[in-house]
Amino acid sequence: MTVETYPWAPGFVAGDRPRIVTSRFEHEDSHTLERYMATGGYEGLRAALAKPAAEVHEQVRGSTLLGRGGAGFPAGVKWGLTPEGVYPRYLVVNGDESEPGTYKDRLLMERDPHQLIEGCLIACYAAGLSRCFLYIRGEMALAQERVATALNEAYAAGLVGRDILGSGFGVDIVLHWGAGAYVVGEETALIESLEGNRGMPRLKPPFFPAAIGLYGKPTIVNNVETLSNLPFIAANGAEAYTAIGTETSPGTRMVAVSGHVRRPGVYEIVNGTTTFRDLLYGEEFCGGIRDGNELKAFVPGGGSAPWFLPDQLDLPFEGRQVGAAGSMLGSGAIMVMDSTTDIPAAALTLTRFYAHESCGKCVPCREGGTWLMRVLERVVAGEGTTDDLDLLLEVGQSICPGDMPHASSEALGLEATPFPYKMTTICFVGPSAYVPVHSALTLFRSEFEERVAPSRSRTRIPVVAVGGGQ
Amino acid sequence: MSTTEDTGAEVDDEVVEPDPDAVSITVNGRSVTARRGDLVIAAAERAGDYIPRFCYHPRMSSVGMCRQCLVEIDTGRGPMLQPSCMVTVSEGMVVDTESETTKRAQEGILELLLANHPLDCPVCDKGGECPLQDQAFSHGPGESRYVEEKRHYEKPIPISDLVYLDRERCILCDRCTRFADEVAGDALIHFIDRGNATQVNTFPDEPFSSYFSGNTVQICPVGALTAKPYRFKARPWDLEQVESTCTSCSVGCRISVHSSRDRLLRFQGVDDEAVNWGWLCDRGRFNFESVHADRRLAEPLIRSAEGLVPTDWSSALSITADLIRSAVDGGGPGSVAVLGGARGTNEDALAWSALADALGVESRDARLGDGLGLDLLDLPRATIADLASASTVVLMAPDLKEELPVLHLRLRDAALRSGTRVIEFTQSGSGLTRHAWRSIRHLPGTGASAVAEALADAEVAAQLASGPVVVVAGRQNLAESAEALSDRVGAVLAAAPEAGVLPVLRRGNTMGALAAGLHGPRDAADILREAAEGRIDLLILLGSDPLADFPDSRLARTALARVGRIVSLDGHLCASSEQADVVLPVAVMGEKSGTTTNLEGRVTPVSQKVTVHGTARPDWMIALDLASRLGVDLGVADLGDLTARVTADDRGVWSVPTGVEPAHFESVVGTNYDFRLVLSRRLYDAAVSTQCSPSLEGLAGGRGLSVHPSDLERIGVASGDDVKVIGPRGSVVLPPGCRTASAPTRPVRSDCSRPSPTASNSSSKRTSSPSAPIGWSSSWRRSSPSCRPS
Repeated sequence: MTVETYPWAPGFVAGDRPRIVTSRFEHEDSHTLERYMATGGYEGLRAALAKPAAEVHEQVRGSTLLGRGGAGFPAGVKWGLTPEGVYPRYLVVNGDESEPGTYKDRLLMERDPHQLIEGCLIACYAAGLSRCFLYIRGEMALAQERVATALNEAYAAGLVGRDILGSGFGVDIVLHWGAGAYVVGEETALIESLEGNRGMPRLKPPFFPAAIGLYGKPTIVNNVETLSNLPFIAANGAEAYTAIGTETSPGTRMVAVSGHVRRPGVYEIVNGTTTFRDLLYGEEFCGGIRDGNELKAFVPGGGSAPWFLPDQLDLPFEGRQVGAAGSMLGSGAIMVMDSTTDIPAAALTLTRFYAHESCGKCVPCREGGTWLMRVLERVVAGEGTTDDLDLLLEVGQSICPGDMPHASSEALGLEATPFPYKMTTICFVGPSAYVPVHSALTLFRSEFEERVAPSRSRTRIPVVAVGGGQ
Repeated sequence: MSTTEDTGAEVDDEVVEPDPDAVSITVNGRSVTARRGDLVIAAAERAGDYIPRFCYHPRMSSVGMCRQCLVEIDTGRGPMLQPSCMVTVSEGMVVDTESETTKRAQEGILELLLANHPLDCPVCDKGGECPLQDQAFSHGPGESRYVEEKRHYEKPIPISDLVYLDRERCILCDRCTRFADEVAGDALIHFIDRGNATQVNTFPDEPFSSYFSGNTVQICPVGALTAKPYRFKARPWDLEQVESTCTSCSVGCRISVHSSRDRLLRFQGVDDEAVNWGWLCDRGRFNFESVHADRRLAEPLIRSAEGLVPTDWSSALSITADLIRSAVDGGGPGSVAVLGGARGTNEDALAWSALADALGVESRDARLGDGLGLDLLDLPRATIADLASASTVVLMAPDLKEELPVLHLRLRDAALRSGTRVIEFTQSGSGLTRHAWRSIRHLPGTGASAVAEALADAEVAAQLASGPVVVVAGRQNLAESAEALSDRVGAVLAAAPEAGVLPVLRRGNTMGALAAGLHGPRDAADILREAAEGRIDLLILLGSDPLADFPDSRLARTALARVGRIVSLDGHLCASSEQADVVLPVAVMGEKSGTTTNLEGRVTPVSQKVTVHGTARPDWMIALDLASRLGVDLGVADLGDLTARVTADDRGVWSVPTGVEPAHFESVVGTNYDFRLVLSRRLYDAAVSTQCSPSLEGLAGGRGLSVHPSDLERIGVASGDDVKVIGPRGSVVLPPGCRTASAPTRPVRSDCSRPSPTASNSSSKRTSSPSAPIGWSSSWRRSSPSCRPS
């Protein structure tokens, strides 16, 4: 078994596995047009342009390429949701990767920007889109530079712009840098930001981007990794793609592992079959928990996913099964906590992030996220009471009413509650502040109870006069 | 009427034929019929199920931000918590506003909203009429578990001359910011910062200077926005209120007049579908302060050796009756003239018209040289609703934002959201220029050719033919004659014969006064000219101030100096009444009941809310009293008799009788001058009601002059220098470019999709030919003596 890392792609760990989107990472100059052309670059675009657009669309539909941004919606189906005959229609590339623990799109943009550009062109051709907007997170300076340089090269080579490769098809790609807001990773907030407004999500309904998106026009929002798969599919066909992975989750998938493992990094794994145990303990992957410690818990799909226990290690990295087990794959980021982890403090770290990143548009997130953070701070500082633990869950109920998804635990005698949750907020930022609190309190309540004083008489402040409410 | 059976048949037809827009939904287990496009929150409310809300406002777009209106909605995929202000009804939808999940969500949201709310209700102006307070009682959990420190901000901060913002009370519902952006078009307040630290604020050094800022106070669901005139004046439960009509301009917005301890305290907009949709302009909202101004006249005044001295009503009325009798007996009815009447009620105008009729006085005019020709008022009248639903609006009017602000809002809404295309003919741009389909610039005096040129454009002709057309006709430039406007309107009507006309009149009840008969063969200009020639022995001013209001102030000065005697009926002492021989104090709006007629001809009631100031009386009562002293019978005994004479047609329109000679006003447009004058007015001018309202006083700008910088440069004037303007009627010294921030000088620009040939012609003349006449504009009202304390 080979485990290779490259100094020019820090964090990336290659292995003896089929690779689609990271196939050029072994070359130091993989971001240049020269290397890209020497390694089959823009062949997918050529192949696509030689066919009618509908056929390329059908090919992508046939590949069952799932969106890699978090929701896992099939890209080919998404392209078909735009209303007939409404033009212009846009492609918006979501390069605002900000989910805690996720850093795969950054690598793709830094190491292989031409692959992304080629993917954008294929998508625009196949789905009949008039213009492409590439939105890159504000903090990703190198990715911005690499994509901008690559785009200039591609324009100079006649690969972007008017009459691409003599086919008569033309599309422009517009670059846009973010200004540092997590919520803009949410597609409608990204569209608002792109329009020059505050990055605040829109309501669905009625603002489903496929119907009413950028500038009120039909808009497809795709993730960087999703689009980076298109050159392979266009060049080699849907069959070559579905030959890898499982029927429901074909192809490969990039997974970013962080935390207490021996070899954290980004791995391109075969979709659907690799289990969490393979990933965390396999010698060609993370190589086990650091310092020989025991695994305590892990987050399977980025900071906003409910936590898993060692009980769930044998689940495959596959959306439906993970959902049934009470969490989600999200953006493909695993965060590992070993036995030394202070669970309440870990939950606070995540909750603090989401409370800080609330855009302030809707009440449960704006007020609830910060309230959760404050109470949790009190608990972590050892100043809380057992009532505060119930309060955390009750405030959470105002953000996510009803049953919250969580993992099963043999030791605690817990049955799993499947994903998803209900929410009172507009987008997922608010619930994301509550998810780590709920997971930690459900799976590790004893660690909280050790921190807090026994119940005092509860503090309640009347807000209405006598008879309040009733 | 043979339609009884027909009507019955029609009703049957309606029953048989199902409404294609009807949607049946279930609300809390009951079947409810809604209309396609209805929001769930509105449909449920109509069905009697109130869903709590903060950010939702029926006159603005929904944003679904406060989450208070979450209810369980089942469209076949199981009940889901959804904001009912964002979801439109669909057939078979099941809505549950009372389920456990709904209740839990709503209580949760209210607890979260109150977490950072200061709960200073006992000292909050909103306490007692506060949606947050009310809904905390009706839908909240009743207590809070939030023991953390609340958010703190400096409180309150002024965001404009009229409005204060308390950010601690604010629940960030986006109502005020949405109003400023969507409705008013003055997006001067916005969210700043993020997440838990989000706040509403203005841009640095840019106050919320909007003519419509008071509306944000009214729609604020908490006490975050408060208006300067009402702060700490009363508690809502101490207020008495009555519905009335605002008479500050001729739009006739419906208002609710609030008072406590016999003092007017505030006006709130009433949502009238036909007129104002609940909005008011700040002038109309706040100038009630002038009713209680120190300068109000409390008792009659008569001229003596020491000037005007107080007297009692009995002597004042008998002196007045004597003056009338001796004038009529001496010089005949032709030596008596009546000017004004547009500031009163229909009843006031009817009583004075009847008195003039009885005395044979023909010289009367409710317009003061700035009105419209009667021929225009006699054309098929359009309503505001017609305007808002027209496919084309031809705008030949002064800047509606300055003169009739709420009509501006309605037209702006139509242009932005109903697909109404506005064709604007303008000499200096307007608040609607950027929303116009065509904005056609023309030089003063060249309106007719600009209209002819535009009508010859095939696209314009096609647009006019595409659907209902409304012509908004008003005096954009008081230096041009009313006849010129009539000609232009006539040209448009020849091209669009079905078009309705909406006349733009500034003063509140000009339409009612004219319909009541306060016009005659001689208009205000003729009357003043006769007076200047010494042919008028007695001039009766019905709440009018020719010295300040008549455009040709030299003529007005000469006339008032030469006229024999002057009797003035007014609420406040003004420049003209200071020259009167008898001044009779009258009741003003808020102090009297009756009806008023707006620019559509719509007759609406005005109501008395407070006791009159001092011994003041309504104008109609004075007319009746004088009639009895003069021994003439008007056939009227009381207010009811007068109201019965207001004869509205079946559309509710009271119109001016036909067959009257058109008024005319001598044009001053000449070619012997280097520049051409555009005389226009601003919202906050030297009107008594503005000058005497402490909150508005500081906003009222003096006269101003707007000149293109290159013109100033050409004649060698440095910016900031005073400019002497010389015309055929005199000269005046003005500081240039002194328009206020809320009414910025609009440089020539063509925001419309295709600049018209006319516009480009005029701008080329502007720069290439120094001798070409150049348009410039000025506010013509002088900072009149009426604003000096008496």
